[in-house]
Amino acid sequence: MRAMVYRGPYKVRVEEKDRPRIEHPNDAIVRVTAAAICGSDLHLYHGMIPDTRVGMTFGHEFVGEVVEVGPSVERLKVGDRVMVPFNIYCGSCYFCVRGLFSNCHNVNPNATAVGGIYGYSHTSGGYDGGQAEYVRVPLADVGPSVIPDWLDERDAVLLTDALPTGYFGAQLGDIAEGDTVVVFGAGPVGLFAARSAWLMGAGRVIVVDHLEYRLEKARDFAHAETVNFTELDDVVVEMKRTTDWLGADVVIDAVGAEADGNFLQHVTSAKFKLQGGSPVALNWAIDSVRKGGTVSVVGAYGPIFSAVKFGDAMNKGLTIRTNQCPVKRQWPRLLEHIRAGYFKPSDIITHEIPLEHITEGYHMFSAKLDNCIKPIVVPSAA
Amino acid sequence: MPYNAEPHLRRPSSEALRERIPGWGADLDPADRPSVPRELNLTPEDNGAHWDVPERQPELEPRERSIEHGMLPPVFGTVAPLRGLSGAIRRYAYENYSEARAAHWLLLVLGDRVDAGEQHLRSLASTRPDNPITQTGVLSEGRRHGVASRFGVGRADTAHQWMDPVIVAAPWVVTAIGIGLLVRGARRTASSERVQTE
Ligand SMILES: NC(=O)c1ccc[n+]([C@@H]2O[C@H](COP(=O)([O-])OP(=O)(O)OC[C@H]3O[C@@H](n4cnc5c(N)ncnc54)[C@H](O)[C@@H]3O)[C@@H](O)[C@H]2O)c1
Ligand SMILES: [Zn+2]
Ligand SMILES: [Zn+2]
Repeated sequence: MRAMVYRGPYKVRVEEKDRPRIEHPNDAIVRVTAAAICGSDLHLYHGMIPDTRVGMTFGHEFVGEVVEVGPSVERLKVGDRVMVPFNIYCGSCYFCVRGLFSNCHNVNPNATAVGGIYGYSHTSGGYDGGQAEYVRVPLADVGPSVIPDWLDERDAVLLTDALPTGYFGAQLGDIAEGDTVVVFGAGPVGLFAARSAWLMGAGRVIVVDHLEYRLEKARDFAHAETVNFTELDDVVVEMKRTTDWLGADVVIDAVGAEADGNFLQHVTSAKFKLQGGSPVALNWAIDSVRKGGTVSVVGAYGPIFSAVKFGDAMNKGLTIRTNQCPVKRQWPRLLEHIRAGYFKPSDIITHEIPLEHITEGYHMFSAKLDNCIKPIVVPSAA
Repeated sequence: MPYNAEPHLRRPSSEALRERIPGWGADLDPADRPSVPRELNLTPEDNGAHWDVPERQPELEPRERSIEHGMLPPVFGTVAPLRGLSGAIRRYAYENYSEARAAHWLLLVLGDRVDAGEQHLRSLASTRPDNPITQTGVLSEGRRHGVASRFGVGRADTAHQWMDPVIVAAPWVVTAIGIGLLVRGARRTASSERVQTE
């Protein structure tokens, strides 16, 4: 089969790879009909996540058709069209029965701090991902769901990560009616977080980024006020000024490990891999939120230490809420919101790229060219 | 403006927001938010799991694991098993240091760089050698408006994007220099041997 393969930092190619096999009785094999590239893939692509092996196929956001099931699979059958959450999880461990699907203890030998994620380095379990014609889906009775008839496939792809993660990020903020919510990052996750903040009753939503075309999307799609941090000397002062010098009630970090805005922080982490991530946006969040406020962190960071301003968080009495999103927990309510017309997830898709040209997709999304917000990848057989 | 007990003053009323923004307040009640409370009380069956513990996947090759795990978890990925020098470095990191130790992660990062080097060298002897030009996607710069996307739009990341080609090219440059030095060294030894035999 054809599959995207990692060849080292900034380098990927499409090559012929063996079709995945059933390796566990509850595995399914899915023929991918659409996949997406995510901001998280960029951390791998740039070589920032430890134990990312040459030869791995990335891709944790995909939908497709079941073509084979293992002997113990009961809930799926060949021919089902499924959406697959980016989390691999067992459903039965200490964490899974508490709904902490992204923190499953039974699927990742390589790290106890991280759950299982498709195509996300060995630090997330060493599974191949879905930027390929076929993918192994472990624990098929637990993660995937059949795509509802009324739901468009492009919307379903965004339900495997970006939309649930943004929605989850807003929930971690514990937003109360009238709260001022600041979202750092106007990528897919930040845009959905901003949009979701209104559902939870926010009184103001302010999105911060440096890419003008994404801020424009934040204004039309997420109805947000926007701030371009390159136009300011100090974005934290602006956040204080606009909140009567108190700070925002809730701040969401939807940027993660490759934050810009401080050359030294960015270069030591994204280029030289000496930090688990550049905590520029996280530090801005800690300093922009009001005392007693909540910082929600859905931006992803690697397992190496980062230079976080923890003293400010401590002295301000902040609540810091974090996690990889437990995707399937969000689905029933999100499907209701989509049906009610509150979200049209595919509104943020800007590009469709054939799998054969995925190299171009990575470069464009990484360098933020051509006003790219969310690229979808389509295998030729799809 | 004095610092009194009033909340922030600048926000619009809830009625105005409900009118302007589709879905405003739909999840106002925390009970409607699927991630509240953080922890639920589910059964495995609720999650589709018809097991207490998933069946054990056969371990066809010895599988490295974090020493913070009491045993090998029952389900795991099998992509790219440990091989070569990078495999030895990674195995050492897994067997000797917990996730709490910087040495664990820094060794894994080293393993990644060695892995890329090993694989680049191997590819040179294959029918499909690595090609740093096509594999980085830079050829799409023209079609994807590389210049217009980057300049005159006030972006912060152009300050460091110039480093990317340097990072990509560095292993090739280092390899080329290394091969050059080896060749020179070999020539010198050969000529000095010739001198001695003469
Ligand atoms: N928690 C989860 O489950 C989960 C799931 C998906 C993605 N993520 C993470 O969320 C983050 C965002 O993902 P995405 O797909 O939207 O990525 P993206 O790369 O498209 O978006 C990141 C945005 O942040 C902006 N940015 C950079 N530095 C900034 C700063 N200092 N302040 C404000 N904005 C800044 C960038 O210009 C970009 O628009 C990534 O770190 C990703 O790994 C987490
Ligand atoms: Zn993702
Ligand atoms: Zn589990």
